[in-house]
Amino acid sequence: MKKVEKYLFPKCIEECIKMLYENKGEARLVSGSTDLSLWIKDEKVSPAVLVDVSDLKEMRFVELVGDKLVIGASMTHAEIASNEKVKKYFPALSDGCRNVGSPQIRNVATLAGNIVSAQPAADSVVPMTALDASCEIVDEKGSRIQKIRELPKKVGVSTIDPTKEVMTKIFIEIPKCKYGTAFKRISPREAMSLPVVNVAVMLMADASGVITEARVVASPVDIVPFRAKKTEEYLIGKKPTEDVFEEASKLAGEEASPRDSLQRGSGAYRKNLVKDLVGQALKQASLTLA
Amino acid sequence: MQELNCIVNGKNVSIMIDPSHTLVDVLRVDLGLTGTKKGCEEGECGACTVLIDGVAVNSCLIPAMKATDKNILTIEGLINDDELDPIQEAFVEAGAIQCGFCTPGVVMSAKAMLMRDESPSEEDVKEELSGHFCRCTGYVQFYDAIRIASEKIKSRKAAASKK
Repeated sequence: MKKVEKYLFPKCIEECIKMLYENKGEARLVSGSTDLSLWIKDEKVSPAVLVDVSDLKEMRFVELVGDKLVIGASMTHAEIASNEKVKKYFPALSDGCRNVGSPQIRNVATLAGNIVSAQPAADSVVPMTALDASCEIVDEKGSRIQKIRELPKKVGVSTIDPTKEVMTKIFIEIPKCKYGTAFKRISPREAMSLPVVNVAVMLMADASGVITEARVVASPVDIVPFRAKKTEEYLIGKKPTEDVFEEASKLAGEEASPRDSLQRGSGAYRKNLVKDLVGQALKQASLTLA
Repeated sequence: MQELNCIVNGKNVSIMIDPSHTLVDVLRVDLGLTGTKKGCEEGECGACTVLIDGVAVNSCLIPAMKATDKNILTIEGLINDDELDPIQEAFVEAGAIQCGFCTPGVVMSAKAMLMRDESPSEEDVKEELSGHFCRCTGYVQFYDAIRIASEKIKSRKAAASKK
C-alpha cells in the first residue's frame, strides 16, 4: 500500500497542471479533502503526491460576468451557501449547499469536489443539474467547457480525472426572462444525514407567465441525478397554477423509479416523496414567475 | 517526511512530519496536544474539531500539510495565562460536560461561532453544533453554556471599553 509522500501547493493553475503532469499517475488533486481522506484511509485510492488547490486565488471567487454567475472551483459549500449573489440569483444552489454534511465539512468541502465525487444524491449537485450549469476543465493540452449534467458516469465516478484534470470554475447562466429555482429534501435528521430524496427545479417563463422551460431533478432515483423529462415536457406551455403543479408532481412520482433501500426506505415510499417534494419545489420556484 | 510550518495556539511551529498523516494525528502525536479528541475518524462526530484561521474543521479529515502557513487553534490554546476562556467558564457553569469526550470539539465550534457573532440566535447555535455528537445527551446544556458565554464576552467587552 502506497502512502502520500509529498504534499504540494501550486501557486497557479498552470503550475498545478505541471505538478500533476510531472507526477503522472502518482499525483491527485485535492481541495477540501473530506472525501479523499476517507478514500485514502479505506485504500480505495493511493496517491503518492497530493496537489492542493484549496488556496489558489484564481479559483476563489464568485462573480457576475455578463449574463453568467461564475463560481471559482475552490469555493467551499459554506462560502457558496452564504454568498449574497448566489442567494439572490439561485436560491436552490444556496439551499443545496447549506444541506451538505455538517458546518465543519461545509467549511472545507467544495462544490467542485462534490461534482467530481459523483454521488447521485449530492445535495449541491442536484441543484447544479437543475440550473444546467457548466464548468471549465483544464489539463496539459488545454481547456474545455462541459455541462455538469454530462459529468457523472455512475455512482462515485465522473468523467473528470483528478490525476490530470482540474475543474477551475463553474458557470451558471442567468436567464433574461422570468425564472425561479427551488431545492427540497427529506432526510432522517437535518445534519449529517444523506437525503432519502432530494429535488431541485428551475422554471422559466415568458412575459405572460407561461412556462417556457422547466428542469425537474430528483435523486437518488438513478445512478446519476434523475431528470423527470415527462414532467418537464408537461409543464412547458402552461401557466403555473396549483392544478398544473399537482398534475406535474404526479407525473414526476410516476416516472421516477427509486429502488427499495434499507437505508433510505422503500421504493414506493420514495416515489411518493418525489411527488410531494416536486410539488413543493414547483410551488416555491413559481413564486418569482408572477 | 516533509516540513510543516504553521502557527499552533499562537506559537510558531516548524516540524518534520509524515505528509500522509492527518492534522489530528500531528496535533496529538507529534505535538502532544491530546486535548483534541479522535472519535469516529470519518468526519461524523466532531470530537476532533479545531479551528484553522478561525474556521471550524474536522481535523481527522484534514491532511496535516494543509495547516501550512495557517493559524491553528486547539482547546489548549483557549487558556490565557492560566485563565479559562469565557466559553470554558460557561461550560463549567452550565454543567455542559459529562464524560467530556465531545467537549473540546464542541467548545471549539462555539469559539468559532462566537468569534464571528457575539450574539448568535438559538437557531444559529443549533446549526453550528449540528456536526457534533454528544452521547451523554447534553445538548441543552451546550445551548445554555453558549448563551452564558455570549453574555460573558459582551459584558467583559463593555467593561473593558469603559476603562
